[in-house]
Amino acid sequence: MLNEIAFYLIAAVTLGFAVAAMALRQLIHCALCAAAAFAGLAMLYLQLDADFVGFAQLLVYVGAIAILIVFAVLLTRNDEILPGSRRSSPSWLMGIAAALLVLSGIALPILNSPSLRHAPTATAAAPVKLIGVELMTHYVLPLEMVGILLTAALLGAVVIAMREEPETKTQSRPPAARRVETSEVVSQP
Amino acid sequence: MNPLLTHYLVVSALLFSIGFAGAVARRSAIIVLIGIELMLNAANLNFIAFWRYGAHSEALTGVLFVLFSIAIAAAEAAVGLALVIAIYRQRKTTQVDGLDRLKG
Repeated sequence: MLNEIAFYLIAAVTLGFAVAAMALRQLIHCALCAAAAFAGLAMLYLQLDADFVGFAQLLVYVGAIAILIVFAVLLTRNDEILPGSRRSSPSWLMGIAAALLVLSGIALPILNSPSLRHAPTATAAAPVKLIGVELMTHYVLPLEMVGILLTAALLGAVVIAMREEPETKTQSRPPAARRVETSEVVSQP
Repeated sequence: MNPLLTHYLVVSALLFSIGFAGAVARRSAIIVLIGIELMLNAANLNFIAFWRYGAHSEALTGVLFVLFSIAIAAAEAAVGLALVIAIYRQRKTTQVDGLDRLKG
């Protein structure tokens, strides 16, 4: 009973923050509400006995991705929405309708299938030691691939977000070279 | 008394639709990215719920899939937000309906 009350509380808070993250006007409020929704999801993982995933979710989402989003919001600060302009796209009503269609497509089969209405049978546990052993034996190749992917993404993010001052120099070179050529052409006759 | 598997799946479906609605209905590219993250998280919640309620929870498949998924989501968010910052530097806007040209 207590477990069920905790589940309903956490689920309501998570969904509420998710709605707020999608609906609020100020971008910074959206970012903070998204962080709260990610924290609520971590609570759900902890309630499902997936301790390591819950703490990984807290570290990665609340600790890293939320901070990254806040930084992006602050770096694009001048992009404030003018009082007269809309914050949603012109066809937002169709977007909401599509989302409701998706929701009914997913939720109705779930609610109508009796085979999903069962309580957890045995006590499942994912001890960190076992996860480490699995990562080093069965899943060692995916682990290495994720390492390569993260390195590539880190380098790519730095390169993409870097200021492009050297490139303006190289861009200014071709016109200068052309000017020299034309001056040569002019000076020849 | 534990909640049933159906409850977790319905929460995940609601979270997915909320993220989907935000991703298609808002104009700001950052909100679109947050919506995509919410959809990814809904899928992760499904994985964990099926792992916990499934018959072979000793296999740890769901847990490990979610760990890899979190790592990939982190990489995706980093590159996506770097793209948003680069586009903002070029165009002075992050509203997605203002970005309709391929030419720089």
